[in-house]
This record gives sequence, C-alpha cells and structure tokens, in this order.
Amino acid sequence: MNNIYFIYEEYHDYIKLISQGEWTLATVRQIEEKITKISYDKKIVWDLSNVSSFDSSGVVLFIEYYRAFQKRVEVEVVGYTPKQKEMYRLISKDLEIKTEYKKESIFEKIGKKAYEVIFDIFDFINFLGHLFLTFLNIFIHPKDFRIKEIVYHIHKSGLNALIIIGLTSFLVGMVIAYQGSVELAKFGADIFIVDTVGISITRELGPMITAIVIAGRSGSAYTAEIGAMKITEEISAMRTMGFDPYAFLVLPRVIALMVALPLLIFFSDIVGILGGMVASKMQLGISMTQFIDRLYEVLDVKEYILGMIKGPIFAFVIASIGCFRGFQVSDNTESIGLHTTSSVVNSIFLVIAFDALFSVIYTEFGL
Amino acid sequence: MKPVIKVDGIVTRFEDRTIHDGINLHVNKNEIYAILGESGSGKSVLMKEIIMLLRPNAGNISVLGREINNISHKEAQKLRLDWGVLFQFGALYSSLTIAENIEVQLKEYTNLSKSMRDRLVRSKLSLVGLKPYVANLYPSELSGGMVKRASLARALAMDPHLLFLDEPTSGLDPIGARNFDKLIVDLRNLLGITVVMITHDLDSIFGIVDRMAVLADKHVVAEGTLKNVLQSQHPFVELFFKNEYTKERFKEKIKDV
Repeated sequence: MNNIYFIYEEYHDYIKLISQGEWTLATVRQIEEKITKISYDKKIVWDLSNVSSFDSSGVVLFIEYYRAFQKRVEVEVVGYTPKQKEMYRLISKDLEIKTEYKKESIFEKIGKKAYEVIFDIFDFINFLGHLFLTFLNIFIHPKDFRIKEIVYHIHKSGLNALIIIGLTSFLVGMVIAYQGSVELAKFGADIFIVDTVGISITRELGPMITAIVIAGRSGSAYTAEIGAMKITEEISAMRTMGFDPYAFLVLPRVIALMVALPLLIFFSDIVGILGGMVASKMQLGISMTQFIDRLYEVLDVKEYILGMIKGPIFAFVIASIGCFRGFQVSDNTESIGLHTTSSVVNSIFLVIAFDALFSVIYTEFGL
Repeated sequence: MKPVIKVDGIVTRFEDRTIHDGINLHVNKNEIYAILGESGSGKSVLMKEIIMLLRPNAGNISVLGREINNISHKEAQKLRLDWGVLFQFGALYSSLTIAENIEVQLKEYTNLSKSMRDRLVRSKLSLVGLKPYVANLYPSELSGGMVKRASLARALAMDPHLLFLDEPTSGLDPIGARNFDKLIVDLRNLLGITVVMITHDLDSIFGIVDRMAVLADKHVVAEGTLKNVLQSQHPFVELFFKNEYTKERFKEKIKDV
C-alpha cells in the first residue's frame, strides 16, 4: 500500500496516513489512483508534515479525500503548516457547490429551434420595416442621403468585383458554348449556339452568377464589418451620438449594391457572350462576324432587360441579409463566423428562390 | 540564489526605431517585481519578449533557468506551462464560458478526470474571490473587475511558478484595485509564486512591490527596492516619484529614504 506519495500504517485503534513527496498538479492523477484503494474502518490520523511541495491542486485533492474519509470515520489532520491551513480555508469554501447541468430532450431542442427560426423571421421583418422608414426619411430630409458612403460602397462592392465577375462569366459562357456545340453539331445546327449562349446568359446565367459571386464577396463582408463594429461597441457609440446605424451603415450599402449589381450584370452579360463567342470559334469555327450577325437577329433587347430587372432585387436581398446578420452578432468572436456563414447561405438560397419566382412570373406573362 | 528571470543586454528595434538599447535586469524567486516607465518606453514589449511572444534583436533572456534564445520547441512548451499570463484586457476566450476558459489548459495538458478538473476550476474561482455561479457565464457577461479576476484564475490554472501581469489594476475602482493587490500578495505568499507586473499604479508600487525596474530612454535607469529607485536622479524618476502629489500622498514611505 505504500508508495512515494504516502505511507499507510495500521495500528490497533487507528490508521496512520503519512503524505510525502510532491502533491502537485503533475502528480495529482497518480496519487488519486492510489488513494482511492485505501481501505479504512477506524479513525484516520493524516500526517502532512512530510509533504515536500503542495500546490492548490494538491490541496483540492486533499480536501476531496479528507471529506470522503470523514463521511465514514473520524479524521485527524496533523503536521500541517499555517500556509496549508490558509490555502485550505481559501479553497474549501465553494468547492462542494454543484453546478447543475440540465439535459435537454429532443423535443425541447426542436421546440427551441423552431422558436428561434420564427423569431428570426420576425426580427428580419422588423429590420426591413426599420430600413423602409429610414429610406422614407430621405425624402423628408434629403440631406440625410449619404452620397459619399454610397459611392464608396459602389466602388468597393462593384468596381473592385469586375475582375472576378468577368472571369467567372467568361468561363461560364465558354462552358455553355462547348457543351451546347457537341449536341448542336449532331444536327448540323451549329449556328443555334448563338441563340443558346445569348439567351441563357442574358436571361438567367448572367444575373445569377453575378448575384452569387456578390453574395459571397460583399454579403459576407457586410456581415463581418457590422458584426465587428457591434463587438467593439462602435454601433452603441454611434447610437449615443445620435447617428442612426440604419442611415449610416445599412442604407448606403443597400443602395450602393442596388446600383452596382445591375451594372455588374450588364458587364457579366457582355463577357459571358464573349466567352461563348470564343468557344464557338474554337469548337465550331463560327467566326466573330457570323456570331454577332446572328446575335442581332435572335437576341431581343427584351431578354436583356428581363435579366437586368432581377439585379436590384437580388442586390436588395444580399445587402439586407448581410447587414441584418451583422446586427445579430453577439459578444463573441465565434458568432461573427456563424453569422457570416448564415448570411452567405441565406442570400444565395434566396437569390435562387427569387430567380425561380421570376421564371414563373415571366412564363405566366408570356415574356 | 539564482534569479528566476535574467534579462541581459536586450536590444529591440522596430524598423529604424530603437525601443531597448541594452536592458539588464533580474527577478528573484518569490518576489513581486514591477516594470515601470513612461508610455512608449517598451514595458509591454519587454514582457512580450520574456514570455516568447516577441524576439529581441540582441541579448539573452533566461527564465526559470532556461535560455529562451535557442530553446527547443519541446522545452518552450514545457516552460509555457510553468507560467501564467494575465493580459491587460483579460484576453479571455469569448466563445468559452469562464469555467471552460480556466479548464482549457488542464484539459489539453493533463489527464485528470472531469470531476477533478471541475473541482480545480472551482478552487481557482474561490482563490481569486469569484462566486461559483460565474463559472457558467461568458466573458461578455462579466464586469471589468470580474474579467480581471477570471483571467487571473485562468493564469493560475496550471499552478504556475511564475505569474506575468500586464497592468493588473488598470480599469479597476480604487477599492477593487487594492483588493486585487492584496490578492496578488496572498497568492504569492500561499503558492510561493514569483510575480512580474507592469504597472503605473502608485498604490501598488508603494504597497506591494518588492523590487522594480524603471525603463526610460531605452535603458533601465533604476532597479531595485523602492529605496534604491528613489535615490536615482533620472528625470523620469524625479517626475514620477518626486512630484508634489506623490510626495504628499506617500510621505510616510518616502520619509525614511
């Protein structure tokens, strides 16, 4: 029973337990393994005078077993120093208070989640209402229209996105032309590639690709910016100075994106068709002039406008969700990540959902 | 007796700005040592160099008998478990509760059972004078004083031999600051730890500090006990300790110098 941490001596009417060596964080585990095996049925005299070093972990271990022994037999502690006694006094105070962890049942979890989702929607409606009021306010006080911020955000979210939008659209245009050309060549209907590329890019793919890239690029940035400002209490500081965060942060971003996105879609349309043109030349040998002539014939301005109309709507969805999630960030760094993720996921999903809605509407009206 | 920390000829440059130009000091076992100096004198930089967050351009630092200039990764990890650091603004992990903050090192570096870890966490909370309910709160739900105490509890989690405190009493009310001072002294006496702190707090300096180093003009312009430091004629020492306010407020202590 004896080891480097304690000696166990059994006498006629008591057990003597002599602690020795180091009782510290590093040894607590080993001591605990051995000390639980002690059998006792009479008074214990616990001698601490041989312990070479004691830290607070050692004291915690001592207290735990002191109390455990005490439940069954009488325990007398001898040979302790005033320091150890003081440590005992400081540490033992709150050691026994058990903090209760409540386990949630599955139904509780489902209920809570549902409640969260519903209130999330209410919050968003509230946000939209506030945003609308701020917007109306511009007509009453035109001075509150923050043109400088708007231009800044058009530059940041619009102009700076040109390269990535151009690259993505060009590649998508090429892919459409490549894939289409294989099928069309079978029928000798090579020239119809122009119809395929022209209409699909302007009506569907241009707006969609642009919106998805912008959701990932600017929607996430809006959430992170506003979220970080919330953590550092900048938003509170603005409120105390009488600056409405909706007027200063949200509205400029929403308006800027609503201006920038249609322009980006316009750009995306051009580059996408250019991509298709290059692929047609390479794959089917359709010359540039041929391609453009055919484009004049088949691509109505209508198709292009139908695509552009989606721009401001997508922009509104992306910017408002980005800002809304930013305001939801709570006081820890992890929540910036969570809300940025949900901002991007929500806005991409809603962009696709709205696109589907547009398709239905266009078809219903025979456009 | 060998010093716990020995700083020898430290030179630090940020681009072409020299912060330290030959800093020498040593900290003895079991003392409360203060680093003071005007703002921008490189107190925090010096502390960061001692705790291996920054590397000096030249000079040697040895901590607990280990040279940190050419220390192996393994040795460095071992050394890091031997000290606790209290950052100026707490630096508690905001996504963890206070209990998890205190527990995190125990969980990573020891094989203690969950119940033992819980007990240790509670013992640390009671050591720094926090109520047990604080354990389940998040850092953002605590007041400034509680954040300081909670991060002190976290710094003490591994029962370190050495404790670094960056302006421990800044941002606390005077009563809270004195209680914190008392707590530091108690911990030093009970746990036998060595405390190194950056401070501007005159009450701490006159009340609890054993020895100190005064940083100014890229050098240590005075080192030693309060008595030694007060004998210095350096302009910063004059300004800091021998102004009317300090003289009046601490005349009892200054008298016998």
